[in-house]
Amino acid sequence: MAMSAVKLKIDGMEVIAQKGATVLQAAKDAGVRIPTLCFHERMKPIGSCGMCVVEVGGLSEPVASCETAVEEGMSVITRSDKLLKARQDALTALLVNHPLDCPICDKAGECKLQDLVFEHGITHVAMRPPTSKFTAGYSNTFLRAWPERCVLCTRCVSACNEIQGIGALQVVDGAEGRRISYDESKCVSCGECIQVCPVGAILEKKAELRWRPWEVEKVRTTCPYCGVGCQLLLHVKNDRIVKVSGVEDGEPNKGRLCVKGRFGFDFIHSKERLTTPLIRGENGEFREASWDEALDLVANKFKQIIAESGPDALAGVSCARSINEDSYNMQKLFRGVFGTNNIDHCART
Amino acid sequence: MTNSFGEFYKAKMFLVIGSNMAEAHPVASSFLRNAVRNGAELIVVDPRKQRLCDIASMHLQLKVGSDIALLNAIMNVLIAEDLYDKRFVENCTTGFEGLKEKVSTYTPEYASPICGVSPEMIRETARRLATVKPAMLCYTLGITEHTCGVNNVKSTANLQMLLGNMGMECAGVNPLRGQNNVQGACDMGALPNVFPGYQGVALDASRDKFGTAWGALQMSSKVGLMMPQMMEGLPSGKVRAFYIFGENLANSEPDIHKVEHELGSAEFLVCQDIFRTETTRFAHVIFPSAAWSEEDGTFTNSERRVSRVRKVCSPPGQARPSWWIFKQLARRFGVEWQSNSTREIWDNEVSVLGPAYGGIKYSRIENNGLQWPCPTEDHPGTSFLHKDGKFTCGKGVFSPADWTPPAEVPDEEYPLVLSTGRRLYHYHTRTQTGRCRGLNDLLSEETADISGEDAKSLGIESGEMIRLKSRRGEISVRARITHEVPAGMVWMAFHFRESCANWLTNAVFDPVSFTAEYKACAVRMEKL
Repeated sequence: MAMSAVKLKIDGMEVIAQKGATVLQAAKDAGVRIPTLCFHERMKPIGSCGMCVVEVGGLSEPVASCETAVEEGMSVITRSDKLLKARQDALTALLVNHPLDCPICDKAGECKLQDLVFEHGITHVAMRPPTSKFTAGYSNTFLRAWPERCVLCTRCVSACNEIQGIGALQVVDGAEGRRISYDESKCVSCGECIQVCPVGAILEKKAELRWRPWEVEKVRTTCPYCGVGCQLLLHVKNDRIVKVSGVEDGEPNKGRLCVKGRFGFDFIHSKERLTTPLIRGENGEFREASWDEALDLVANKFKQIIAESGPDALAGVSCARSINEDSYNMQKLFRGVFGTNNIDHCART
Repeated sequence: MTNSFGEFYKAKMFLVIGSNMAEAHPVASSFLRNAVRNGAELIVVDPRKQRLCDIASMHLQLKVGSDIALLNAIMNVLIAEDLYDKRFVENCTTGFEGLKEKVSTYTPEYASPICGVSPEMIRETARRLATVKPAMLCYTLGITEHTCGVNNVKSTANLQMLLGNMGMECAGVNPLRGQNNVQGACDMGALPNVFPGYQGVALDASRDKFGTAWGALQMSSKVGLMMPQMMEGLPSGKVRAFYIFGENLANSEPDIHKVEHELGSAEFLVCQDIFRTETTRFAHVIFPSAAWSEEDGTFTNSERRVSRVRKVCSPPGQARPSWWIFKQLARRFGVEWQSNSTREIWDNEVSVLGPAYGGIKYSRIENNGLQWPCPTEDHPGTSFLHKDGKFTCGKGVFSPADWTPPAEVPDEEYPLVLSTGRRLYHYHTRTQTGRCRGLNDLLSEETADISGEDAKSLGIESGEMIRLKSRRGEISVRARITHEVPAGMVWMAFHFRESCANWLTNAVFDPVSFTAEYKACAVRMEKL
């Protein structure tokens, strides 16, 4: 056993964990699932929701496993009647302040609260009129807030500060208890708050097509904007991208996106797309043409120019936004077929 | 980039020069912010008080185009005060004596009036850089888009070698590439002097290798033209046919009047694009191509990572993937290319012909991509280059350079410096972002960013329309008074057509790279 390893028991099972690991992490590594709500892999433990409580031998009260470090010889219980009750109480406390508007909530189907309530068998709560958990309207071009749905887990605040380093969201204490404040002048619309919100409190406005989470296919791809190369999940319904999220554990962005990566996807569905080859006619106007006609025209003109002036009278620029395979084929065409090295792109700008 | 984005969050120090990362590479900047939050030191070198200055320990607000004077002065201090990494310089580099001699004249007192940074600040910067090791140097187009762009780049490398900040994690010279696949387009040989994998066209061995692989009819050993030379060849007829794939040169190149004259005089212009653009107006034939998400493929990011791009929908109408269009043209010249998908092109051609990509196959990059060099299929890829100070060509070569001013500097008639760049909410000439719902609402028009001082002297209010003139053209644009810009400077982007900075910019180029001097020209501002 390495010096940095710690031996403990989780639900009676011998487990070896890294020194400094949390009980939650050690359990996960051992294949034991502890329910969580506010905990997020990419952020420091928040410890606000009370869901991940466990019993530790020698302690009279349950502790939050996300904030408790493993110790040599520790004995941890993750499932018991006492813990079930504690988790049910925590969920019920959230639910009495949360509107049961699931039918109109875009998050339904991928809502952590919904799943946890179902898992813990809660079938009835004494409703109170839900109150806003935000100090002010949280709304801009891309984000829409449903301030009553907030469960004050403060994941969004951590995401805005800890992950993106922007600081547009803060926790403030007021007469009505903790609230989330939003500074629109600092917000850069990266949507990290949307990505981490476990419920439907912050959602994208951009939804030309309506969808339910179970209707979309999620496909991993690479962002078409800057040179960071963020990994995206495209949410696709009926041949259309309806939403984009970050690939949580993907390199290099580890789930993060910016405003263009998250919201700049719909240009491909524009009605202004070119849909047919075009040839400029005698009158100077473009007319539609078939591929054969347009390709023949270009090939014949290029052949004529090569015959008259040599291949160096042709030149081409490739596209720094398109895929490698396109640029490869274009330079292959110029070099291997036309016989010129007059091929470049906006390499240096 | 010699190093990787994954190293940002654990780096101890950053020197960010000529990079508006927070707007142009927001996700990269978020990792940098994390590092600073964890105690890393950030020094920003930029003519503007850009967003990263808020978290920087020092901001060297240099004059536009004075980078070499400043970098040489920092190196002067490092050598004069004996603060450089002697072991690295001795063991891993050559040409130190030449560098020492060159920078000896660039004392802080000599450089200070050129770059507008005080001698004390120059000394302090050098001393701090010498204290923390390693440090990552990041740059973007603020370094390259000058007539001395190549010398600027060399100077950043000189500094990092002098500090011994090469060949290890959290170090290196790290240019953040502006476009998703500009690294890849270079790697694939869309350059006039090299085949895929940077194999020179002038080398007989390279031509034999590619000629054989491609069943080529004829292969030229003559290095081709760079983009500005191609366009300048159009009016004279030296270039008779020009094939533009996915570039909007009529907006993106400096001096739009000149560019449009050149495009307008093309004997035969072919454009291949996903939209009609300002450039396709000059075309004789337009090929409609498939867009991102309409074809499988790969992009290569700034850190040399080859990642998958996937098809999720079909191209509209008759639009076709670009690789397919090139294949059809080859067929009309009697050449039948074997590969019939992007996967076949990569796995059977690129990966076979480019030694650095030999180990990268589609099957290996289903999830995370791989960083080249990745020579064999059991190679894990390379997160940072020049490990242990071993450079590709043996030792790292110091390339000392003298400072040269921009080609056009302010004078009585045109008293302000115009510098250009990108803004957060748009991308390039807006062919993409201009058609995304919402982005236009966040930024609906261009502004001329000016200082309060210059605004006051002309009686200009923020939000007022003004006229900007250069020797090339003039535009009307809304003034935005901001503390980000120092007196004597105007800053603009090139996203919007009517108020595009490129009506004003100067079509002068670095003599080696042919990169245009987008970052510096002289303009006059007028109240309307």
